[in-house]
Amino acid sequence: MTAASVDTGLKASSERGALARARLLRGLLPALSLALVLIAIAWLNPRAISYFGFSLMLNLAIPIALATIAQMFVIAGNELDLSIGTFVGFVGCVTATWLKDAPLIGVAILLGSIGVYALLGALIHLRNLPSIVVTLGMSFVWQGLAILVLPKPGGKAPDWLLAIMAFKPPLVPFPIIAALLIGLVVHFGLMRTSYGVILRGSGGNPAALGRAGWSLLKTKIVLFALAGLFGVLSGMALIGITTSADANIGNGYTLLAIAGVILGGGEFVGGRVSPIGAVLGALTLALAASPLLTFMHIPPDWQVAANGTILIIVLAARVLISRRER
Amino acid sequence: MVSVKALLGRPWIWSFLGAVLVWLATIVFTGGYGAGGMVTAALSLAVFTVIVGVGQMFVITLGPGNVDLSLPANIGLASAVAMKVMDGNDSMIAVGLLAALATGAAIGVVNYLLIWALRIPPIIATLSASFIIQSIDISYGRGLQIKPPPGFADFANSQVLGIPVLAVLTVLFTIGAAIALQRMIYGRSVLAIGQNIRAAWLAGVNVGRIRFLTYTLSGALGGIDGALLAGYFRGANVDIGNEYLLASIAVVVIGGTSVAGGKANVPGVWGAALFLVLLLTMLNTFGVSAGVRLLLTGLIIVGVITAAGGQKALR
Repeated sequence: MTAASVDTGLKASSERGALARARLLRGLLPALSLALVLIAIAWLNPRAISYFGFSLMLNLAIPIALATIAQMFVIAGNELDLSIGTFVGFVGCVTATWLKDAPLIGVAILLGSIGVYALLGALIHLRNLPSIVVTLGMSFVWQGLAILVLPKPGGKAPDWLLAIMAFKPPLVPFPIIAALLIGLVVHFGLMRTSYGVILRGSGGNPAALGRAGWSLLKTKIVLFALAGLFGVLSGMALIGITTSADANIGNGYTLLAIAGVILGGGEFVGGRVSPIGAVLGALTLALAASPLLTFMHIPPDWQVAANGTILIIVLAARVLISRRER
Repeated sequence: MVSVKALLGRPWIWSFLGAVLVWLATIVFTGGYGAGGMVTAALSLAVFTVIVGVGQMFVITLGPGNVDLSLPANIGLASAVAMKVMDGNDSMIAVGLLAALATGAAIGVVNYLLIWALRIPPIIATLSASFIIQSIDISYGRGLQIKPPPGFADFANSQVLGIPVLAVLTVLFTIGAAIALQRMIYGRSVLAIGQNIRAAWLAGVNVGRIRFLTYTLSGALGGIDGALLAGYFRGANVDIGNEYLLASIAVVVIGGTSVAGGKANVPGVWGAALFLVLLLTMLNTFGVSAGVRLLLTGLIIVGVITAAGGQKALR
């Protein structure tokens, strides 16, 4: 062994160490941004950091997290779903009407709508269509259907759903437990199972996956069906909280879900997504959206702008870290 | 037969066929009544979608991920700025239009700065920017008397022989855009970047400058569109641009421009805009409810895009 080779070996390992640190930092970024928002809230209003405070502030976090996971599955396959918001609204309307009055028909409609999502995946793959346009069209379809199901705001959530969403576990507020559960379940399914790897691979390198004998049609169908499933869960959770529905109730979720996935470390191409990151991103957005701004005494006119600014700051921080990774 | 086949091979022909079909269906329903008026109305409404559609088309052609989601907020703010500068005064029309153009262009510059300096994906960058613009618009537009000067409103609504003047001007503008796209260095550079950004860079295209120009152009077109909309509808408000988020993307893609970038089509934007407006007119004529109208609009968009089929990816 010469001194030179030892030297290069050392250099390589220290470079590898720096790279690993940057990667770790990048993986921690969603958690860091959430922590930052939490610290800001704690500083502005210490009393908010309590069981009751969290239950209140994270009220809508569960449906947002579920919608973000739905979007994440679509993004994992290099597609984008611009209809998830109106889909959540449609599910909400069905939940507040059919699911309460005629549970069997309600369940059939919701299962059918997941089937429609699966079919969309097949259509997009078989005809090689741009998913942005197809889902753009579908956003009109879901909105139209929502208005047909529930022309005027109203309806009522089924009692069992209200009971679930009003669940008050000891010590830790329900939204936090639910978010943790959602993140872990999806993380295990997508990141730790062999078919999860195939699903992410269909976004990372579809050509290679196809050559290896996996059906890209099937992966796309599965990804879209999963998006539909989580969209349904999101709509039901939303109605369980708001107790009644409105055809426009989910409209804001489309962009919120995309932002959540990206905040959580996902990327638009390449199958690079992170379920836990997505849930953390959704929580960050839910907290930054209104509790933080209210505590900062930002006038309502400028709350939307503050949202945009927070998004920009977090992403800029991520870029600074990613640049070091290279 | 061959020429028909060649014509059908053009990506934009489908949108025009769709527009004609929808128009015929409506005429059959009304028994020929109002056929001409319908075309006039469709032309005047399509203009606004075409203007932002062309801006969006250039942006989308830059390649995957490039899209301008700030257009609705941009239109809203520019319409307010234009009306405030004009202040109901006919002599200030030109200044107001310039102010709207400048507002839009400035928004485009900010969009590109976010994308370039902070390396934020365009979708998120323009989305975040639109949040901020929206807030500015809300706090700026409050309590203002936002009506256009009578001369401007009349101009925006004027017609010659049943053809809206704005439509004629917009046709001229789109011809210019088509020439810029196919025959000028700027347009060819946009196409080259969309096809392969690295190859374009190696070939000496100033990628940064072209992308900067494209986002600025899209912003400026959004700004001028806002001013014209406020003139046409005789008033500005915060929500005036809302429907143009989906519409601007939809006309680009239905018109045959590739979402993967590198392939653009100007005539298709006109065809698709007319198609969408006529579709809405048809459904209104049939007297369907809002829910059914949305449902059918969505199904028809999905149907058209499925029939036209996707292009094979360039790579």
